[in-house]
Amino acid sequence: MAVSVQATQIGTARFWRVLIYTTLIVFAVMYLLPLWVMVVTSFKTLDEVHEGHMLALPEHFTTEAWLSAWGTACIGLTCEGISGYFWNSIKMVVPAVAISTLAGALNGYVLTKWRFPGHKWIFGLMLFGCFIPFQVVLVPMAQMLGRLGIANSTTGLVFVHVVYGLGFTTLFFRNYYEAFPNELIRAAMMDGAGFFRIFWRILLPSSGPIIVVTVIFQFTNIWNDFLFGASFAAGESAPMTIALNNLVSSSTGVKEYNVHMAAAMIAALPTLLVYVVAGRYFVRGLMAGAVKG
Amino acid sequence: MPFLEIKNVKKRFANVDVLKGIDISIEPGAFLVLVGPSGCGKSTLLNLIAGLDAITEGDIHINGARVNDLHPSKRDIAMVFQSYALYPNMTVAQNIVFGLEMRGVPKAERERAVAEVAKTLQITHLLGRKPSQLSGGQRQRVAMGRALVRQPQVFLFDEPLSNLDAKLRVEMRTEIKRLHQAMKTTMVYVTHDQIEAMTLATQIAVMNAGEIQQLGTPQEIYNRPANIFVAGFMGSPSMNMIAATLEDGADGPAVTLAMPGKQPLRLPLGPAARSLARYGKRDVILGLRPEAITDPNGADRSGNAIARADCLVDVVEPAGSDTFVVTRLADVEVIARMRADADVRAGQMAPFAFAMDKAVLFDPESGKRIG
Amino acid sequence: MTATTTLTASGRRSDRAIGWLQGQLPKLVLSPSLAIIFVFVYGFILWTIVLSFSKSKMLPLYQFAGLDAYDRLWSQPNWYVALENLAIYGILYIGLCIVLGLLLAILLDQRIRIEGVLRPIYLYPMALSFIVTGTAWKWFLNPGLGIEKVMHDWGWASFTFAWLINPDRAIYTIVIAAIWQSSGFVMAMFLAGLRGIDQELIRAAQIDGASAFNLYRRIIIPQLRPAFLSAFIVLAHMAIKSYDLVIALTGGGPGNATELPATFMYSYTFTRNQMAVGAASAVIMLMTIMAIIVPYLYSELRESGRGR
Repeated sequence: MAVSVQATQIGTARFWRVLIYTTLIVFAVMYLLPLWVMVVTSFKTLDEVHEGHMLALPEHFTTEAWLSAWGTACIGLTCEGISGYFWNSIKMVVPAVAISTLAGALNGYVLTKWRFPGHKWIFGLMLFGCFIPFQVVLVPMAQMLGRLGIANSTTGLVFVHVVYGLGFTTLFFRNYYEAFPNELIRAAMMDGAGFFRIFWRILLPSSGPIIVVTVIFQFTNIWNDFLFGASFAAGESAPMTIALNNLVSSSTGVKEYNVHMAAAMIAALPTLLVYVVAGRYFVRGLMAGAVKG
Repeated sequence: MPFLEIKNVKKRFANVDVLKGIDISIEPGAFLVLVGPSGCGKSTLLNLIAGLDAITEGDIHINGARVNDLHPSKRDIAMVFQSYALYPNMTVAQNIVFGLEMRGVPKAERERAVAEVAKTLQITHLLGRKPSQLSGGQRQRVAMGRALVRQPQVFLFDEPLSNLDAKLRVEMRTEIKRLHQAMKTTMVYVTHDQIEAMTLATQIAVMNAGEIQQLGTPQEIYNRPANIFVAGFMGSPSMNMIAATLEDGADGPAVTLAMPGKQPLRLPLGPAARSLARYGKRDVILGLRPEAITDPNGADRSGNAIARADCLVDVVEPAGSDTFVVTRLADVEVIARMRADADVRAGQMAPFAFAMDKAVLFDPESGKRIG
Repeated sequence: MTATTTLTASGRRSDRAIGWLQGQLPKLVLSPSLAIIFVFVYGFILWTIVLSFSKSKMLPLYQFAGLDAYDRLWSQPNWYVALENLAIYGILYIGLCIVLGLLLAILLDQRIRIEGVLRPIYLYPMALSFIVTGTAWKWFLNPGLGIEKVMHDWGWASFTFAWLINPDRAIYTIVIAAIWQSSGFVMAMFLAGLRGIDQELIRAAQIDGASAFNLYRRIIIPQLRPAFLSAFIVLAHMAIKSYDLVIALTGGGPGNATELPATFMYSYTFTRNQMAVGAASAVIMLMTIMAIIVPYLYSELRESGRGR
C-alpha cells in the first residue's frame, strides 16, 4: 500500500512541477516578446517590416535603421538623428544624480545621527515630496525657471531633477544610516572628530551599497523621465525621451518603424545595461522606495 | 513492545551524511531527549520522525506501523517548535484548532476541545488574543495547547524553551514534566541544554556528528558515560579529565598522576574497582566530576573510596551555595566543588578529598570508557 | 574642544562663536534641502492652488476668480472621460498587477531551478522609460503590422486586433502595457514577503494537515498584508501620475478616448491656454493622491517610532 501511495504522490507532484514550470516559461516569453520585437524590427529594412510579420528574424540583417536613428532621422525641424539628444541626456543625468545623491547622503546623516526634536516631522515633510503628482508644480516651476533665466536649458533640467529627487535620496540614506551603529559615531566624537570628518571618514566609506542603490535609482528615473523634459527643456537641450517621442509620434511622412525601434533601443540601452550589470541593487532601490520610511 | 523504533536511519544532504545510522528503541510513555551540540543532527532526526523530511535509508516505526512514507499529518503526532510557530493572523483559539479544522472535525467538538485544553494550560483568558499580544511564556503555552488538542500518540518538541529567559525556562520545564506525568504520552524532546535533558528525560540519546554517542537513562549517562564526549558534554561544570596511569597495587588498582616538579599523586580506586586489575598497567584518562572532589569535611561519608591529598589552590570562586576551587593536577586545570564555608585561600595548600568510587576511566586513544 | 581653556577673553568669544557654529552645523547642512522642499514642493503647491482660483488663461493672471476654474473643470466632458478612464485604468492596472505579481511570486517560490533567470526577465521592463514601453507596444499592437499580422501569417486569417484605434478599447491597451511594465515589481515585493515568512510556520501547518491551497489561503497570504499595502500605494500613485505612457502609446487618442487627468492637465495648461482649469485639475489630482498617501505615511512613521 505504501508503494502505491508513494507512486501517486510522485506522479501528481511531477504533474504540478511541469505545470508550474510551463506557466512560468510562458509568462517569461510574454515578457520578452516586446523586447524581441523591438530588437528584431530595428535590424530590418523598411520593406521587410511591411512584408513579413513583427516576430520574424530579419532576412537581410542591416544596421541602417540604427545609423539613421543615431545620425540622420528627422526630429522636429532638424534631421540629425537622436545623437545630440542622447548627449543632452548624459549632460543632464550625471550632475543631477551626483548632486542629489550627495545631498541625500548628508540629509540622511543629519536626520539619523544628529537628531533634533521634530526630526520625524521634517523627514515626513521631505518624504511627502516624493509622492506628489508633478503636474501640480509644472506651471510654477516653468515660471521660476523663466525668471532665473534657465528655462529650456540643461541646467534648468538638472535643477528640477535635483529638487524632486531629494526626497527619494534622503529616504534611502536615512533608512540605511538608521541601521548604522551609533556607537561608532560616538567613539569618533570622543576621538575629536567633527561633523564633516565623521561623515567623510566613517559613514561614507561604509555606504557603498546604498550609494549604488541610490545612483541606480536616480539614474533610471532621471534618464527615463519625460514630463519634466517636455515641460522645461523642449528645444535644443531636450533629453532623449523627448526626441524619441517626437520621432515616433510625428504624423508626417512615412513611418519608418525600424528607425523608431532602433531609436527606442538606443534610449533603452543605458538603463537596461545598468539593470543587467547591477540588477540586485536596482531591485533593492525599488523596494526601498516602495516600502516607506 | 517498543513504541517508537528508529532502525539504522541515515540521512544524506547533498553528499553530506548528516545522520550516519541511528538506532533507538523506546517504550510507550517514555520521555526521550535528544541532546547534543549544534549540528549534531538532533533536529534533523526529529524532522524525520515527524515526516517533515524524507529518510534516506532505514525505517521508523510508530506503534508498530512503518511511517516512512506517511505525510506528517497522518502520523498522529504533534510538534512544539522553538519559535512557537503560531499563525500570526489568527487568534489563540483559532491557532489551537487549526489542525482539527483541517481534519474536518465539527465545530461544536472543536470548541469543546479548545475549552478543555485552555483550562488545562490556564490560557482561557487569552483565547481571543492574537499571538503578537502575548508574552513569550504565554505563546509557549499556546503552542503546547495546539499540540495537546490533537491528542497524538507522540509529542515532538524542538528546543521549545530556548527562546525563553532563564527563570521562565525553569518554570516551563517543570510544567512539561508535570504534563508528561499526567498524560503518560510518549515524548521526543530535542535540546542542546544538558540540564533540560537530565531533568526531563527517562531516556537520553547523546548525539554528536550524526551518531548516537550513548543511549541510556539520565543516571547511566551521568555516572557511567560511554566515552569522553558524553562525559564532557553532560554536567556543568564539566567533568575533569586528567591524564594518569592505571596500575594494580597492594590496596587494589590505583591511578597515578604525574605532578611536574613534585611527587606523583597516587589515588587508590577503592574496592569496587578490583575488576580493573585485569588491565594491568596502562595510560588512562581519569574522569572526576567537580562534585567528586571536595574538602574533607564535605566529602560523602558513605563513600568507600575517599582518597586524600593536599593540593595548591589556584583560584577560589565563591558561588553562594558552593565554592568552586581551581587547582592543577598533572599539569591540567581541575575544578573542585567545596562547601560554601570551606577554608581555602588562593596560593595556599589545602586538603582535598577525592571520591574515587565516582571516578570513570577512559582509554586515551579511543576515548571510550574502560571498565 | 580644549582650545577654549587657554585663551584670553577676546579669544574665548570667537571660539564660542566657532563652537556655536559647529553645533549648528547639522541644521545648516540640512536647511538648504529643507528650504528647497518648502519652496519647490509646498510653495509651488500653494502657487498652483492660487492659480486655480485665478483668471489665468495662457499666462498667469493673478486676479481672483473664485471657483470659476473649478466650475469650468467639472463642466468639461473631457474631464469626465479622463476620470472614467482613470477609474477603469486604475482598477484594472492595480488589480491585475497584484494578481499577476502574486501568482508569479508564489510560483517562483516553489524552489524553481531557473529562478535566477526568470526573475530578471519579469523585472526588466521596470528599467525602461514609459516612452520606450509605449513605443514598443504601439508597434506590437499596431493594427496592420503588429500582432494582427502575426496571427494572419500564422494562419488565423480572421483575427483582428485594432484596439489601438478603437475609441472604446484603446484604454485597455494602456492597461496591458502598464501591467507589462509594473507587474515584475509587484512580483518582487511579494517574493520578498514570501521569503520573509518563518519556515517553522509552514512546518506547523504541514503537521496540522493543511493542503497547499489552505496553506496559502489561511496562513501565507494573510501574512503578506504589508506587501499588498505597499504594492497598492505604489501602483495607485503611478496610475494617477500616468502621463508618459499615454502620450507614447496613444497620444491621448483616438480623439480623446484615452484622456487621463495627467494628459488633461497638460493639454489644458500648455496647449489649450486654460491655465486655471489645468491648475484646478492638478489640484484635484494632488488631493486624490493625498487621500491615499497621507494616512499611509502617517501610520508608517508613527509605527516605526513605537516599534523602537
